[in-house]
Amino acid sequence: MELIKLTIDNKAIEIEKGTTILKAAKQNGINIPTLCYLELKDLKIVNKPGGCRICVVEVEGRRNLAPACVTECQPGMVIHTHSVRVINTRRTVLELILSDHPFDCLICPKNGNCELQTMAQKFGVREIPFQGVQSTYRKDFSPSIIRDIDKCIMCRRCEMMCNEFQTVGALSAINRGFESVVSTAFDQLLEKSVCTYCGQCIAVCPVGALTEADHTSKVIRAIADPTKTVIVQTAPAVRAALGEEFGYAPGTLVTGKMAAALRRLEFDYIFDTDWAADLTIWEEGHELLDRLSRHLAGDKTVKLPILTSCCPAWVKFFEHQFPEMHEIPSTAKSPQQMFGAMAKSYFVEKLGITREEMVVVSIMPCVAKKYESSRPEFAVNDNPDVDFSLTTRELAALIRQSNIDFNNLPDEDFDSPMGSSTGAGVIFGTTGGVIEAACRTAYEVFTKKPLEKIDFKELRGLDGIRSATIDFDGLPINIGIAHGLGNARKLLEEVKAGKSKFHAIEIMACPGGCINGGGQPLHHGDSEVIKARWRAIYEEDANKPLRKSHENPDIIKLYEEYLGKPLGEKAHHLLHTHYFDRRTDIVIDLEK
Amino acid sequence: MAKYKYHILICGGTGCRASESDQIHKQFDIILEEKSLEEDIQVIQTGCFGFCEKGPIVKIMPDNTFYTQVKPSDCLEIIEEHIIKGRSVNRLLYEDPETKKHVEDSKHMGFYKKQLRVALRNCGFINPEDINEYLANDGYLALANVLEQKNPMAVIETLKKSGLRGRGGGGFPTGLKWEFAAKNKGDQKYVVCNADEGDPGAFMDRSILEGDPHTVIEAMVINGYAIGSTMGLVYIRAEYPLAIQRLKIALDQALEYGFLGDDILGSGFNFNIDIRYGAGAFVCGEETALIHSMEGNRGEPTFKPPFPAESGYKGQPTNVNNVETYANIPVILNKGWEWFSSIGTEKSKGTKVFALAGKVNNVGLIEVPMGTTLREIIFEIGGGIKDGKEFKAVQTGGPSGGCLTQKHLDTPIDYDNLLASGSMMGSGGMIVMDEDDCMVAIAKFYLEFTVEESCGKCSPCRIGNMRLFEILEKICAGNGTREDLDQLRNLGNVIKDASLCGLGQTSPNPVLSTIDNFWDEYVAHVDDKKCPAGVCRDLKRYEIVPEACVGCTVCARNCPVNCIEGERKQVHFIQQDLCIKCGACYDKCKFNAIIIK
Amino acid sequence: MSHVKIVLKTEQVDEIKAICKAFHNDEGELINVLHKVQTFFGYLPAEVQEVIAHELRMSVAKVFGVVTFYSFFTMKPKGRFPISVCMGTACYVRGAEKVLDEFKRHLKIKVGESTPDGKFSLSSLRCVGACGLAPVVMVGEKVYGRVSSEDVKKIVAEYND
Repeated sequence: MELIKLTIDNKAIEIEKGTTILKAAKQNGINIPTLCYLELKDLKIVNKPGGCRICVVEVEGRRNLAPACVTECQPGMVIHTHSVRVINTRRTVLELILSDHPFDCLICPKNGNCELQTMAQKFGVREIPFQGVQSTYRKDFSPSIIRDIDKCIMCRRCEMMCNEFQTVGALSAINRGFESVVSTAFDQLLEKSVCTYCGQCIAVCPVGALTEADHTSKVIRAIADPTKTVIVQTAPAVRAALGEEFGYAPGTLVTGKMAAALRRLEFDYIFDTDWAADLTIWEEGHELLDRLSRHLAGDKTVKLPILTSCCPAWVKFFEHQFPEMHEIPSTAKSPQQMFGAMAKSYFVEKLGITREEMVVVSIMPCVAKKYESSRPEFAVNDNPDVDFSLTTRELAALIRQSNIDFNNLPDEDFDSPMGSSTGAGVIFGTTGGVIEAACRTAYEVFTKKPLEKIDFKELRGLDGIRSATIDFDGLPINIGIAHGLGNARKLLEEVKAGKSKFHAIEIMACPGGCINGGGQPLHHGDSEVIKARWRAIYEEDANKPLRKSHENPDIIKLYEEYLGKPLGEKAHHLLHTHYFDRRTDIVIDLEK
Repeated sequence: MAKYKYHILICGGTGCRASESDQIHKQFDIILEEKSLEEDIQVIQTGCFGFCEKGPIVKIMPDNTFYTQVKPSDCLEIIEEHIIKGRSVNRLLYEDPETKKHVEDSKHMGFYKKQLRVALRNCGFINPEDINEYLANDGYLALANVLEQKNPMAVIETLKKSGLRGRGGGGFPTGLKWEFAAKNKGDQKYVVCNADEGDPGAFMDRSILEGDPHTVIEAMVINGYAIGSTMGLVYIRAEYPLAIQRLKIALDQALEYGFLGDDILGSGFNFNIDIRYGAGAFVCGEETALIHSMEGNRGEPTFKPPFPAESGYKGQPTNVNNVETYANIPVILNKGWEWFSSIGTEKSKGTKVFALAGKVNNVGLIEVPMGTTLREIIFEIGGGIKDGKEFKAVQTGGPSGGCLTQKHLDTPIDYDNLLASGSMMGSGGMIVMDEDDCMVAIAKFYLEFTVEESCGKCSPCRIGNMRLFEILEKICAGNGTREDLDQLRNLGNVIKDASLCGLGQTSPNPVLSTIDNFWDEYVAHVDDKKCPAGVCRDLKRYEIVPEACVGCTVCARNCPVNCIEGERKQVHFIQQDLCIKCGACYDKCKFNAIIIK
Repeated sequence: MSHVKIVLKTEQVDEIKAICKAFHNDEGELINVLHKVQTFFGYLPAEVQEVIAHELRMSVAKVFGVVTFYSFFTMKPKGRFPISVCMGTACYVRGAEKVLDEFKRHLKIKVGESTPDGKFSLSSLRCVGACGLAPVVMVGEKVYGRVSSEDVKKIVAEYND
């Protein structure tokens, strides 16, 4: 490691060669403001087009100001990060950006959580000295994502996520100069594009240009309707992040307070998606074993590897990009949809009401779940299995508007019978978790021996593509894991080319898995937040008395009372699905 | 060229072809055949002579007789009089505007006297579609020598010593650039010729490719040999069909003659050249944007470093030079760096091509030694201001440059002096303006261009230039304030200081330099709501002077909105609220009875 | 942005595919492909871009992003006689703006539009390099030099059948 010497704000420092001015300053306690820059180091996500020019600093001897995010330190540099010239330039640039940005902060969904707003506040901007044209576009409402690109500041983060990281290609910078903006092909509706609704564009958008479709008021109305029984399910990753919205440190588990808050919101039953995750493992685990044993028996028609199917963005991704491989993924529905299907069959029967009298709400770390719940195959007579899907952020908003003092709530439990879960259900919330949960069950079912070590540490981590071989009592099972659709694409190309060595692959669309879903509290570019949530998930798992899905007593009872056996006829009807070829050419929006 | 008695050279540049130089060529061929003279006289279509103002140009060699504004119908007379009888056709000769005498020999024309043609040496002298003519003029000699000496570093050393700097705008030392590219390792290095001439009003690159394409090819092969590259790319504007066509012909011929392709001249060195097309984006003149465009992407620039010499086209070390830069290289190698560095000023060596246009008498393409003054260019070569008007300003460097005035006329032109005066060399556009040009409107014109051409990647350039433009619009409409003038200065400096690439960093120059040099004109727009040059529509008012009006009705008849009233033989009157200020009445009035207020 | 859906004929799709193939279906050759296809097709409607994206195995959004970046590419068909007025600096200072205004007035269209009968379209361009003839107007490939606003009517009349 070579060290170089330079001066920042009159302070002599030593820094590793190749460090940017931005990082050198940060290491020395100087926070240079940034807007377009984004780096999630542990997830290998970098966006630094050097475009916003907010981070400019003065380097003595240079004609122009230097963008700190991309300029590397050189020996002997004398840098000023807050000279008059720098401050004036930075402020003028900010005023310029604001001059082409709507002034509707008070009613913007990002109000209070907007990086541009925070910056204006920090800079003490009190007037915009520039009047002129503002870019205006039509607003785009899709089932999951709302695009209000009047607010786009061309930071290009969403474009980078959608193209370089996710390789989806729904978004691109279009037009030139003042007219340039990030949009879809032909500026058409997102619904008509190849968008998977993974929501990673929302997760990185510094302003209110990309937000989720807001369903909170629909939920409030449903709760207030006396003719409806409203039940709620909460996904595993929600409990590891919701606390952030109420000032808790990232990684604080708020499972008990969340259940209490939902009860205060007057949901009739507080259930857990983790319960459905355990159920998913029963189905998916058996499907894996079924394919495996047929394969071992020499059945050439068996498709391997089996791919997990609980991530709706990933499902939509392969429906668009790899439709010819529709037989590869597991047919098991996602936990959200298994929960919905069971609630509106098993549970309505128990309550003695019709499915129309029940409203199922899900709290998800995800925006694609909104779209998933609206897929027509997940409805009976137009009545969806899951009525409304809210994000973690929407739940926080709901709690705040209902005057609930979240921080002082007691810890409460989920209701029975769809509220109990094992540690295996919990780890669905992070990359590697689904396949680890599946291994815990598949191993014991296949080998008929108890696991010596429940933790499959070799499956954990945040590397984009991981692999491990699990010894099923002499039978080596090759497991692949990808998170981020770009990584998924790499594994799929291998499968397509017949070069994959894996028996099973877990795929999650979001980097890090659901803990970093598009519906989670915003990380604002801090990957420590994601790592803290990741640790919290495994902490919750370790604290659970039961940690294998097939040991969940309520699921055992469910099969005994209602479903029969895994992959049985009833289970197949209620808990499995099929996929569509979405490779149709884009239909052009007819607008005269 | 020995066996012919006469050579008739016809300019085949885009400008002259637009005025039927093709027909002239055909006409000559027909007449010569009729008169059975085709054995004695050769007709050659050449590249641009530079003197576009008087095109189409026909030159008779060896007499060096320079005929201007020739029409196809003049061909017979030229053959019968000049060729057969040996008498010049006086009416087609260039007339010296001062002495009013016909100039027989082009060497004595004011337009050519002060010029020194290095990059343009072959333009207008050889047939660009015939490699043999290039060969007859030392063509590919430099390449042959370089390949024979087998010392790539010596080539770079020569260029460094010559002091040649990039002619595309920035003026970076060419030898140094080659050295960087040579030192960086790569699987496949690239040599790129930037022929995406986007400066509105400059056309030297096009003229060189149209008039002498082989010189660019030769220089690129030398470039490849010097830096260890086997692949060259020419990035050329799709709007230049003739240049593309001639370049393609030249590439085929070079390949056929063994100056391109495998084992060039038996040296074992391989080099190929491909053409890439620009698609109308000024920003692609910036080398990183150009590279992204060649890779099939939006032509957005990226932050340097890494420089293309480290990581360019397809991530490989890439050397990008402009057409005019390349055109200098074979000559430097043939005549030696000492010769080249003896021309020019201390820090700017050699010559520079300028596209002289606007309100000068002699519009055209000129090449002068660095250090020539603006006065020499405008008043001697350019023949002074059109229609005897007053010189007001000269804009150099295109949209990136600034406006210079009377006080800069005697400054020797080189990279550093222009920069110090608030302008820049740019690609060499030079637009002369007279008393009728409003400098605020000119600044607005350039900003409109920048707003259209900004790529949109960085916020100061994307939004800032739009705001600059809007403030200028406001001022031109008579709604400007003193605060707006302050804002123009502040915003201009911020855009310069904070933009990502050269386009944004120079885009406020036209505004800042006009504010500096024509402050009073801005103040007149803002304080008095007047446009002294009478250009800004909203600030001018056409009025009829009753004393001068004879009531001829011409103005009323020509008014497109019928806002002029008055009986025949009576004084006319303009209804100001209806007037659209088109100026038709002003142009048509024969009695100077209409004035602009 | 509004688009009217057009239906491509099989031969047209085949031609586009052939062009892509000539460039090895290489994503890096997108701009060359777009040039060729526009020469063949006259313009680049959405449907054509979809075929190109499919052949080059890239996202349609990116193709659209490139098409809308470069002023040479157009998604609207040009008139049978496309009129371009040079608005380079040399032409501008010699009165090109007046000429452009006169074309707009005379044809009753804005820059970038076509006449309703599809006969003329009007655009401004930056320097054809014939600055000696400023102001310059091009109709198709034909160049008119030293044009004044009075010449406009005459030039348009040349193209009346």
